[in-house]
Amino acid sequence: MKNSDKDKFKIADSVYSSRLLVGTGKYKNTEEAKSAIEESGAEIVTVAIRRTNLGQDKNKPNLLDIISPSKFTILPNTAGCYDADSAIRTCQLARELLDGHDLVKLEVLADKKTLFPDITQTLHAAETLVNDNFKVMVYTTDDPIIAKNLEEIGCVAVMPLAAPIGSGLGIQNPYNIRNIVENASVPIIVDAGVGTASDASIAMELGCDGVLMNTAIAEADNPTLMASAMKKAIQAGREAYLAGRMPKRAYASASSPADGRFF
Amino acid sequence: MKVLLNGSSYSLKDNCSLDSLIKNLELDGKYAVEINQNIIPRSQYRTKKISNGDKIEIVQAIGGG
Repeated sequence: MKNSDKDKFKIADSVYSSRLLVGTGKYKNTEEAKSAIEESGAEIVTVAIRRTNLGQDKNKPNLLDIISPSKFTILPNTAGCYDADSAIRTCQLARELLDGHDLVKLEVLADKKTLFPDITQTLHAAETLVNDNFKVMVYTTDDPIIAKNLEEIGCVAVMPLAAPIGSGLGIQNPYNIRNIVENASVPIIVDAGVGTASDASIAMELGCDGVLMNTAIAEADNPTLMASAMKKAIQAGREAYLAGRMPKRAYASASSPADGRFF
Repeated sequence: MKVLLNGSSYSLKDNCSLDSLIKNLELDGKYAVEINQNIIPRSQYRTKKISNGDKIEIVQAIGGG
């Protein structure tokens, strides 16, 4: 058996095999979302909490009918919250909605153009939620000091951005991501900014425990095919990390021996 | 009486319980309810009376990242 076959990871008290976490937004329709999410092999799936559309068509399927809480770990997010209080309120509603399920993705945003997190509000919300017995997976910048602070507050996973949400720019600061990983004792999951498969592999090669993405799959021309690509990229990057890469050299190093040459 | 339901004005009969409001709305699937920013646990829907001017939010899970 390869090392990677039994390579599982733990968030709070739960063990997961898939290191790809996916969102459910931006899909053209529920069939497309269902197909891509199933293909991705993800076990943890994010959802947003919003007002029920009261005039809704009864035949329109409910998201939780497609992404069943019995099959997936549902990760409600606080997307769209620009202050700690609304993020906390969203988490409390999500816990009631999901019958006491207490795993949440905390994000408190600061700026509509970049969707960068408001760190002061994020720290405040994280502390309140941890004290209220939530298991908090927290979206943050790629600042290693803040990442450590969030871990010390009691967050069960720290999720630094690769690049702005929905930008698809890939990992902009691999040095910081590696530094966060090296100093962490909770899972580090790159959240946001991944654009294509190689971006996900790079995150895993840096030693991240997983990658959370939405737009990279949902906005692909063929989301199901991209989900498949992302699944393989995560596995490839993880195996490369575990295998331990060769050192980089400034110059060439011949692969064939110099001895025994007859010419 | 009138309440603010998911941001819109909504009329219902006096002394209405949350349970009967939900039945009238024919809600489907999973949802959570907040009245004046207090979460109402599912177990209290039958006993919870709605008052004139209450701000009621009914939320559900939708697609998001």
